[in-house]
This record gives sequence, C-alpha cells and structure tokens, in this order.
Amino acid sequence: MVDSVNKPGRLRPAPENFLSEVQIEAVGAGRRDFLRKSFLAASAAMAAPLAARASEGDPNILQNPEWTTTLGQPVAVRPYGLPSKFEAGVIRRESPGLTRVGAASVSFCPLQNLFGIITPSGLHFERHHQGWHDIDPSKHRLMINGSDPEFVKRPKVYTMDDIMRLPPVSRIHFIECGANTGLEWGNVAVPTVQYTHGMLSCSEFTGVPLKTLLDDCGVDYKKARFVLAEGADGSSMTRTIPMEMVENGEVLVAYGQNGEMLRPENGYPLRLVVPGVQGVSWVKWLRRIEVGDKPYATKDEAVHYIDLMPSGLHRQYTSVQECKSVITTPSGGQQLLDKGFYNVSGIAWSGRGKITRVDVSFDGGINWQTARIEGPVQNKALTRFNINWVWDGKPAILQSRAIDETGYVQPTYGQLRAVRGTKSIYHNNAIQSWKVAESGEVSNVQVL
Amino acid sequence: MSRFSKSILVLALFGASTATFAFDNYKGIGRPATPAEIKAWDIDVRPDFKGLPKGSGNVDRGQELFEEKCASCHGTFGESNEVFTPLIGGTTKDDIKTGRVKGLSSGELPQRTTFTKVATISTVFDYIQRAMPWTAPKSLKPDDVYAILAYMLNLAEIVPADFTLSDKNIAEVQKLMPNRYGMTTDHGMWPGAPAKKGGIGNGGIPDVKNVACMKNCKPEAKIGSTLPDYARNAHGNLAEQTRSVGPVRGVNTSGDAPAAQPAAGAASPAMELAQKSGCMACHGVNNKIVGPGFNEIQARYKDQPDAETRLVAKVKAGGQGVWGAIPMPPNSHLPDADLTTLVKWILSGAK
Repeated sequence: MVDSVNKPGRLRPAPENFLSEVQIEAVGAGRRDFLRKSFLAASAAMAAPLAARASEGDPNILQNPEWTTTLGQPVAVRPYGLPSKFEAGVIRRESPGLTRVGAASVSFCPLQNLFGIITPSGLHFERHHQGWHDIDPSKHRLMINGSDPEFVKRPKVYTMDDIMRLPPVSRIHFIECGANTGLEWGNVAVPTVQYTHGMLSCSEFTGVPLKTLLDDCGVDYKKARFVLAEGADGSSMTRTIPMEMVENGEVLVAYGQNGEMLRPENGYPLRLVVPGVQGVSWVKWLRRIEVGDKPYATKDEAVHYIDLMPSGLHRQYTSVQECKSVITTPSGGQQLLDKGFYNVSGIAWSGRGKITRVDVSFDGGINWQTARIEGPVQNKALTRFNINWVWDGKPAILQSRAIDETGYVQPTYGQLRAVRGTKSIYHNNAIQSWKVAESGEVSNVQVL
Repeated sequence: MSRFSKSILVLALFGASTATFAFDNYKGIGRPATPAEIKAWDIDVRPDFKGLPKGSGNVDRGQELFEEKCASCHGTFGESNEVFTPLIGGTTKDDIKTGRVKGLSSGELPQRTTFTKVATISTVFDYIQRAMPWTAPKSLKPDDVYAILAYMLNLAEIVPADFTLSDKNIAEVQKLMPNRYGMTTDHGMWPGAPAKKGGIGNGGIPDVKNVACMKNCKPEAKIGSTLPDYARNAHGNLAEQTRSVGPVRGVNTSGDAPAAQPAAGAASPAMELAQKSGCMACHGVNNKIVGPGFNEIQARYKDQPDAETRLVAKVKAGGQGVWGAIPMPPNSHLPDADLTTLVKWILSGAK
C-alpha cells in the first residue's frame, strides 16, 4: 500500500501535543500570533522544517505555484490540441510477443485510464492486416456491384464528395475485435485491462446508411442476401455481412469519428460500421461493396476468425460480439492508494442491443450487487457502470456481470469452456476477475 | 374537386413517390461504374468458384515463384513459424480421405497451419491473388497464383509433383482438401437470417446460459488461474501505464523488468522509416529475426569504403546467400533517397 501519510495532497498530522492547552485556548480567543511562535518553536525542535510548514497547510496552497504567478501560453500554440504532458503514459500499446510483424498486428486501447464511453480517436485500438496508409480522399472511390450483373441495376462509383453530400446519421457504437480477451481462453496471460480487453473502443460514427447507396444502385434485395465489403489497403480485406443488417439501416458507410474525419489508422477516409459485429467486419479504407447470393469464405472467415471447438470443428461466420463487461478501475496491475472509499467503475456492452443491468461482486461471485448505470444507455454501445465500495484492507475478488435486453447474462469461464473448450481464440466474453491483495495490489485472476 | 384539394392530392402523390423511389432524390450523386472498372476491382473468388480467373500453373513454376516471392516470410516449404504461422503441415493422407483434420480434435497438433484449417481452396486462391506477396500485393498474374497454389498443394501432399492446377480442375482438387468438412455454422453468432431462412446459423440462440444469481451463489470463489510471475513485467513497467493521479496507481514492476522498451514517439526519423518500410519485420536493431540484426550488418560492412553504395544496391535488388539460405525480397518500390537514408543509418549504428 502507498504510505498513507505521504499521499499527495494529504496533510502530515501534527506531532502529538503540537498545540498546548494554552495555545488551543489562544486559538479559541482569536489570538493569531501564537501560530507563528509555535511554528518557530516546532522548526527549532524538529529535524524536518518542511513537515512543520506542511502542518500549517498544503504548500501547493500556501505558496502560489508558477502557473498562478506567471503568464501562460497564448492561443493556437498547438493548432491541433494535445493531451497534457502528464498524460504521456496514456497511449496505445502492443503486447510483446503477440505478433512478429507490426503491419499485421494489434495495439491495445488503455481502458484503465478512460472515463465515460467515448474513446479518444488517438487511443482507438488498431488492428491492421497489411499496414495502414493515409489515403488521399480526392482519389478514394467506393464501387458498388453485384456478384451477378442482374443483382444490381446500376453498378456505380462514388467519390468522397458524393458520399458526403448524402444525408448523414451519427451514432455511438462500440467496436470490439473478435479476438479481444483471446489471450486468456486457457489461463491468465497478461497483466492489465489494456491487454485483456483493449481491443475495444467506442466512438460516434458519422456516415450514410449503406442501404441508401444500395437503393441508389437498384439492388435486387430478393436475390442478393449477402454483402461483401472490401478494403483499399494492400490486403484488400474482405468480409461477408448479412443483408438483413443493411436493410434495417444499421450498417453505415462512415467517414466521421467523434466529430472529425476518421483517423488513418481507423480507415480514413471511409470505413464500414457494422454495429454489434466484431471489428474485422468494419472494413477500413472501404473501396467496394459487392452484393451476392452466397457467403464468400474469405481468408478472414475461413482461415482466421473461425472458432475451434473441442470437436475439432471450426465455427464459421461467428460475427456477433455477445454481452460482456469489465471493471476498469481498479483493475489488474494497479495499486489501491489506501483503505476506504472507492468508486468501482467499468464498461459493459452487447452486440445484441442495449445493456439493461450490470452486477458487481466483491467476493469472487458468491454475492452480487447491482451497479449504477450511467445513462443514456445506447444500442450496441459501451455503457459505463459505477458502484460504491469501501475497501476494508482485506483480500477481495472484483467481478462484473452484464445483462443485455435479450436477457442474456454474461457467462463464467467455466460455462464458456464447458461448451467451447480453450482453443477457440475468438469471442471470449467471460466474467473477468481482479484480485485485490492485502497490499492493495490488484492482479488478474480467473475464477471458474 | 376544388383546386385546393387537387393541390393536396398532388402533394400527397409527390410525398409517396419520394418514399418509394428514393434514388430519384439523389440526382447527381455517383456515376455508373464502367465494365473495365468493375473488372479491375471485382477480383473476389467464391467457394463455388464464381469470379475465378482462367489460367493454370504447375508445381515446378510454383516452386520458383514461391522461393522468389514467398519463402522470405513463409520458409521454402511453407513451414516457417518465424514471421507468420506456418502454411503447411499437420495434415495426413487420411485427412485427405476423410475431409477432417484429425489433429484438430485429438490435440496432437502443436500448432494449426493454414492447411489444417481452411476448408475451401477458393479462399487460398482469393487471398494470394488479392494480398500477396506481402510487400507487393496484387502483383501476381492469375497463372502465377495457380502455380504458387499448385506448389503449396504439393507441399501438403494433396497433389503430385507433376501437377498443373487450373480453372478446369480446381473443383476436383477441392474434393481433396484435408479439412473440407471441418467447418460448422451451427451457432447463434451470425447477425442475419438463420440457415432455415436462407441465411447462416441457428438464428441467434446462445450456446451458454448463465443465471443472474444475487446471494450465496456458490460455496466459495475458486481461483483457477493467476498471472504467472514472468508475465507481471512482460509488458514493461505498469507504473507508467496508469496515470499518476486518481484513485489508483500503476504497480511498479520496473525492479525486475527486462531491457526498457523504447518510449512511444522516441524513435528516430530513420527508425520510423525502417518501421514504415517493413524492414523491422525481418531485422532487429540488435538481433536477428529472419534476416540479420542491423548490428551484425554494421559490424560486417563498417570498414568497407564502398559499403553504402553496395548495400543500397543489395537492399534494392534483394538477394540470398550472404546471411544464409533465407532470401531477402527486393525493395525496388522504395525511393532511392529512403534506401540511402536507411543504409546510412544502419552503418552508423541504427540509433
């Protein structure tokens, strides 16, 4: 535990009998000069004069700091704003040894440092299959065609100008990689929530419903029940999307993210948004949509992003991210400062709709309490929950359990493994456990 | 009917037409795609071979191409686990007969390879054609793709050494894929229509069912797994990864940490160029990955007066032999100025 006496901002307690009965009486009588005298006396008596001053009050208050006594910087020193220099540790990070090629890898979002539900665009997790490019938007094109010419009356090409002229919608959705928490299927492997759950982000996306464009091209919805989305990067990554999700207006061709254009690492200038579905389907640098009558069994749905079951069969076309939650404060690799009050905070989400409830346990799942949900609760978006906790200094195991509007309850590791074994890599939505030791150190454990 | 009610009727009709013929509202947006444009981009190949280009290639030609363009990452026999997971291995003659890779269920497989997983040969063709080779995607002609795939099929002992793969016989080869019956769509995680309505899967029925018990749900909380000691600091000093203000701090794991990782943004411009150009996929600064470490290259060439010119030419053309059997792919796509910057940086110690 951090030495509670030296906690920042905490006043060092006065030495015993620092004020004599007489002096206390003096305070009561409103005689002020006693303080100066007693400080002089204390300074002489004690080896640490700083401590003596601190007992008068916090030096951060008693002595005006530089930023209060000098002229600050003018506007537009940073034409595009940056986080404080004290936030330098709040960055995306790789997991050493996870991949061997940076262009086909992952960087994880620092969930342990985030508030609310929106992921700052610069901290959005990254997953590239063949590296990222910063594409010139004036040269980017989106083509819509059919696997069979009869499925699309008018195959068309759209520029970014075209797409940005159309009526847009803005919606907040989470995006989670299908392999998020995949390192932990068999056992605990990584220390913090950044690495256990950080292939997860949530943004406001702005764009045009894909249906608007398919209508514009005259798609035959009776025959074309599948959609292939293709990227403009080297891998030209492809994924099959169900037409039902396009028809209900959910799937967006998006250019905006949190009020500005998409970041290059997130698909600038155009990406697909497929709410509730694993990130690999949210094709970045989107260049082509093909409608067809059969699924495509692309590399990322026939070699990767297939879930190995104990039977030796792979589940193919698993796409939905099922209901899941995790406590982010406190979480693995962190240290509680002291006994006493904590606001335990976390995030919950479901690819099947809205979160209706989150329960939290402090004893490893024996007893549960319902957490406060920070509204508004949105469809297929991160949902923040909080709950009060007074830590008594004894070991504890913190868990959260989310429930979505279909009634689905986030499962335990034991329940998931009983059906799926430990080798499926993808779609691990088990209840996460954080153990708090007597020292205040929080660590990653699994409770069956 | 009065003129007034007529105009209401006209308005109502107009309203109806905007709803029905939505595209009519978006005049001036987009333009027809030309047949040549569609041909240029519509390169996907489906499991039923829709989209498959005409062409052919044999195992011998495939081996040449594979060694030239693929082996630097995948190994000469597609076995390499250095850069990517292996392509070939783990399948048996018996699997080819049954269409199920037995090692997947028996636990005998140390690691899944591409051919232990993939059920559809179209997937492999499609992916090579669209994304390979790694640094020059879409540079292969259809005949090259057929040849490379023929070589891979031969390595996996699916076709003989004198085999020629073509658009005519690829459907026959599909019937030999070792894991062709290895996929199931019997699950609830497809977000569209279920199989019985022409879609995929069971219509969203989950495979696990937890119950939200609230009190005395189990006798004890049994911990099944804890963070291994070696993993505590394998991600660097956790104290730097939680902000230094707030209800908690990151645990200091620096005491027994391995060599410090370079801080984000601290890389030199040349280092960034090396990362951006893909050099770091195969070369470490102080260690061999697939190719030699930059320190080894510097040590070998530092006293040679023409080292810079020679190395620039070598990096550009690629080559094999100086550092072992694994060839270095050509980097002719990089501008000369970048090549010179990179070589100078390597020769000066890659700091």
